[in-house]
Amino acid sequence: MTRSQLIEYISQHYRHLPQQDIELAVKTILEHLGTALAQGRRIEIRGFGSFSLHYHKPRIGRNPKTGEPVALAGRFVPHFKPGKSLRTQIEKSGVPIQEN
Amino acid sequence: MVDSEGKSSALTKANLAAALNGELGINKRESRELVDLFFDAIKTALFDGHCVHLSSFGNFDLRDKNQRPGRNPKTGEEIPISARRVITFHPGQKLRTRVDGYAGSRE
Repeated sequence: MTRSQLIEYISQHYRHLPQQDIELAVKTILEHLGTALAQGRRIEIRGFGSFSLHYHKPRIGRNPKTGEPVALAGRFVPHFKPGKSLRTQIEKSGVPIQEN
Repeated sequence: MVDSEGKSSALTKANLAAALNGELGINKRESRELVDLFFDAIKTALFDGHCVHLSSFGNFDLRDKNQRPGRNPKTGEEIPISARRVITFHPGQKLRTRVDGYAGSRE
């Protein structure tokens, strides 16, 4: 599923709003999710899951081509933890994974 | 956002609905329903075995895991972990770059 298919799904369940409004709503939701994480703020969505930042310690990496050591600074990366209901429902799903 | 104990709190669906209402002028009831539909759409796709790719944000991918041996950490007893499907989230380049600039305290 891509962003445009997500917009289509919402439109089909919400026919009285113009598609343009739904596109703006999706854009706004994604912007707010990104901004919260960029500010180090957790996101908690009931029935879906939570997003938080994980810290990766500074380390010496390697240039995979040359093998040269490269110093990598510590950084924060976004992490998603599925909520219990989503996790348990997905866990037992028998539908084959689709190649979109 | 500050919660009842005065601590900075997590972003929730209520905050997202308030943003749709405040920034786009969509009424409060519709804003709540749109936020619910947004997450329902992602959930439904994942239930149906579809990965979800939101280019500016990230990808929700599905992986099938085989059964593997596990242990009850309390008793040390060996119990198999059954085969299952899991969701993995890979943040997109744009989100990674934005978060990379965050210089807050380590969690």
